[in-house]
Amino acid sequence: MDLEELARTTGEWMRGSGPDSDVVISSRIRLARNLADYPFITRASTSDRVEIERTFRDGIARLGDQLRPEWIDVAKLAGLDRQFLVERQLISREHADSEGARGVAIDAQEQFSLMINEEDHLRIQVLKSGFDLQGAWEKINAIDDLIESQVTYAFHDRLGYLTACPTNVGTGMRVSVMLHLPALVITRQIDKLFRSLQKISLAVRGLYGEGSQAMGDFYQISNQITLGRSEVDLVKQVGEVVPSILEYERKAREFLIKESRQNLHDRVSRAYGILRTAQTISSEETMHLLSSVRMGVNLGLIPEVGMPVLNQLFIHTQPAHLQKLSGSELDTADRNIERARYLRGHLSDGTTEVN
Amino acid sequence: MKCQKCDKPATFHITELTGGKPKELHLCEDHAREYLAENDTGDEAAAAPSTDSVQQQLAMGQTVEQLAKLDKQACPVCGITFFDFRSKGRLGCSHDYVCFEKELEPLLVNIHGETAHVGKRPKSSPTDTDRLTDLIRLRKELKTAVSEEKYEEASRIRDEIRRLEKK
Repeated sequence: MDLEELARTTGEWMRGSGPDSDVVISSRIRLARNLADYPFITRASTSDRVEIERTFRDGIARLGDQLRPEWIDVAKLAGLDRQFLVERQLISREHADSEGARGVAIDAQEQFSLMINEEDHLRIQVLKSGFDLQGAWEKINAIDDLIESQVTYAFHDRLGYLTACPTNVGTGMRVSVMLHLPALVITRQIDKLFRSLQKISLAVRGLYGEGSQAMGDFYQISNQITLGRSEVDLVKQVGEVVPSILEYERKAREFLIKESRQNLHDRVSRAYGILRTAQTISSEETMHLLSSVRMGVNLGLIPEVGMPVLNQLFIHTQPAHLQKLSGSELDTADRNIERARYLRGHLSDGTTEVN
Repeated sequence: MKCQKCDKPATFHITELTGGKPKELHLCEDHAREYLAENDTGDEAAAAPSTDSVQQQLAMGQTVEQLAKLDKQACPVCGITFFDFRSKGRLGCSHDYVCFEKELEPLLVNIHGETAHVGKRPKSSPTDTDRLTDLIRLRKELKTAVSEEKYEEASRIRDEIRRLEKK
């Protein structure tokens, strides 16, 4: 797979075309699976890791046209390319930073990725644009069935799918939605929402960038329990809370428009102004301002910017993407200058083409 | 053993993994509660159960003697001891779920509130794959035999592996 080519596009899930995409960025499901006849990763030898990877590659190759992903040998990639795949959400940071034989298989639309030798032997992930957990579940269930027809997963009659960490045992499934909740943050209702979600054992976490500070008003909601509930129930559990959160966020946006239209308009216009004119800008600030602009676009306050352009900017202004696109390795200071240049180029007349 | 903060007996043994080096704490019930409450930090704790919380849950409510004995138990397949698991929060192979079944049960209840899977099952092996962990053990033995130049033994193990792989 040509990573340079990949860098210029955005994944299917980032198009912002899915249901309720004014609030729900993406729906994601992952399954953790292990081969029955190899030790888990912490106890796997160098040759075990090689054989685990080969077992999956050979098995999937036998599926022919039923599943024909592109393979990337993560162990052979340079640090920048691994970082790039992390930004793209195709591999995890842990997978990028670990050592030994490991790889990832992805499809051209970037709807799924198969991580080999992460915390578990196999992590299947499906990403969908907007609120589409049902679609994600159908897709991942089908991929899981296909791979399972070729290999033997570690399975226990009572405990289900066996995983390296007991927090994943059973279904091995994590269901999550990434939400954009700027109005709940401004109106200070976000903590209340978190507390009520925690009570029904759902996890909430902020989206993190280069540092460890949550940014951009993006929040991920996911299930904590993996054992004792069926996959369909888990999809339902996470899916059930989304409509009311959608309603709270939309109501809070309406409230802001009604009660302080001028303040809100000022806020998003300033954000837009900085992004269009800055000469040097950090990824944190970019994320923060793009978040404001995204809300402004959804509320019709910045009619000249389209959602696809914005989504592309979220992805392309991340450190590794920026360097891949500019074709050279840049330190932080140079990245900030390049980022500002990129933003000016894509927002200057508000009608820039998206590829 | 006495609590590190008062004269009462230490009944809680906590391994804290947050700050780089693992930190061992031995506390009485009151101080353990206080400690765990203090370290329960808003958003972070809300994230999916971390290795740290696994540590804490495992170490609670066991005496030093019970823990010491438990820690030495090792899995016959991958060789991981319960102490290794306690300190890393990751198991070594799927047979650990069988050989540490009793020890893991309270932890699973704590995390999931349940102890039985009700979701999908692989069509090709819907019941149990534990017999296949023999292969893990045999491959390890094969490696040792080869490195010790015990070739007859190695060839015997290789046949055994082939036989199992064909099943």
